[in-house]
Amino acid sequence: MASLSFLNRDNTVAGPGYNRWLFPPAALAVHMCIGQAYSLSVFNIPVTKLIGITEPAPDDWSLSATVWVFNLAFFFLGISAAIFGKWVERSGPRKTMLCSALFFASGFALSSLGVHLHSLPLFVGGYGVLGGIGLGLGYISPVSTLIKWFPDRPGMATGLAIMGFGGGALIGSPLAVTLMKHYATPTSMGVSETLMTMGAIYFCFMIFGSVIARVPAPNWKPAGWVPVANTGNQMIATASVTADNAIKTPQFWLLWAVLCLNVTAGIGVLSQASPMIQEIFSEGRRGTGLGITAEAAAGFVGLLSLFNLVGRFFWSSLSDKTGRKRIYMIYLGLGAVLYALVPTAGNLGSTALFVGLFCIILSMYGAGFATIPAYLRDMFGTLQVGAIHGRLLTAWSTAAILGPTLVTQLRDYYISSGKAAGLTESVAKASAYNTTMYIMAALLVVGFVCNLLVKPVDAKYQETEAKPVLA
Amino acid sequence: MENQSTPSPTTSPVQIALAWIVVAIPLLWGISQTFIKALALFK
Repeated sequence: MASLSFLNRDNTVAGPGYNRWLFPPAALAVHMCIGQAYSLSVFNIPVTKLIGITEPAPDDWSLSATVWVFNLAFFFLGISAAIFGKWVERSGPRKTMLCSALFFASGFALSSLGVHLHSLPLFVGGYGVLGGIGLGLGYISPVSTLIKWFPDRPGMATGLAIMGFGGGALIGSPLAVTLMKHYATPTSMGVSETLMTMGAIYFCFMIFGSVIARVPAPNWKPAGWVPVANTGNQMIATASVTADNAIKTPQFWLLWAVLCLNVTAGIGVLSQASPMIQEIFSEGRRGTGLGITAEAAAGFVGLLSLFNLVGRFFWSSLSDKTGRKRIYMIYLGLGAVLYALVPTAGNLGSTALFVGLFCIILSMYGAGFATIPAYLRDMFGTLQVGAIHGRLLTAWSTAAILGPTLVTQLRDYYISSGKAAGLTESVAKASAYNTTMYIMAALLVVGFVCNLLVKPVDAKYQETEAKPVLA
Repeated sequence: MENQSTPSPTTSPVQIALAWIVVAIPLLWGISQTFIKALALFK
């Protein structure tokens, strides 16, 4: 349709007067909305009391049934990013952001209807499936364009956008709480109205991003920037690889493993952060009145979220100076050392050391997400980096299931073993986390080795005759 | 900008500032809410 032609990629090519610093707010607008997915747990308790209001009634949904929304949303994020990656490259950021907004907002609307009609399939399928597709499209929509606008600082540019995804959770949670309080009545939790309102707000915000998005003209480059071909950096390819060829290279699967292992460790800890600090620093171990309260534990989770956010921008920007391989050696190597030090902090009873260690760990967990698009650009060039990134995000979907499952299963296993060995409950719980931390450290060591094995991509996979320049 | 023959309007600094303000306000609100929550850890 001619009226929709303004969405086409060709019609979004920036003119000579366009300032590239207008694109990061477009990317941030989308990522800050879809990042709300991280704060979905804010609805966990309210949706289990839709009928009973003050406490769950027999016909209310169970918590285990409703958490499927989260699992499905992240599953569909990975799947849609992988499937639609090439379409996203062809269509450009404007059309993709619009589609993402439509799917994401429709997901909210359908889930809102599901809550209103008390239909679990509608609630779970709405946000989980439609919202999840919106998440996947939205997540990869600005990445390729950001890298093209900022070839001189790709780590900083993608770090900025993906920082927005982390920020989305910080906005989504208090926004949902505020709206639910506003809409709640003696006969309603206000969840349906909250979901509908949030969907509308996010839709407008994402449309704002879509409208201001522009792609650079072919061959555009920042003034004074020297292309990598002239820098002699062996780890930055000068020719591009298609998404179909990229998945045939060992580099893709090594980076897939790096992302999966880094995320598995981080997400596992994030999902258990509140009970973990309460159980490690419990009154049973520290004495009456000296344990970490639930309120303080919530503060710990908030602090981790802040470091997760800041780390995305800080470390990813730093990677433009250090190179991507070196920065991942820090994320994984230093991360493994810090995980291994956590039990010592627990045994010393040092809350400050414990909190400090986890703040650094979580900053590098977020950075792992934020730096990966620039790493892919270095390895595979800019031709289809968005599509390659989309396929790599299946590592995230895998880790989103692996991480929490691993941590909770290990915890349960070591608590029962500890009790069987005669330990008190509080000591058994604290010891269970110690073993888990060593296993997380081991996962990062494996990731470190995978990163160490990453070498420049063989020229046979590249689209042009140009080869990586040897140092 | 290269390879672009038709003139187009220049992005004004006001446009850039406005775009950043639109995204910065909710982000800073979210950060401040989380920071307040995090303070409970240090009480």
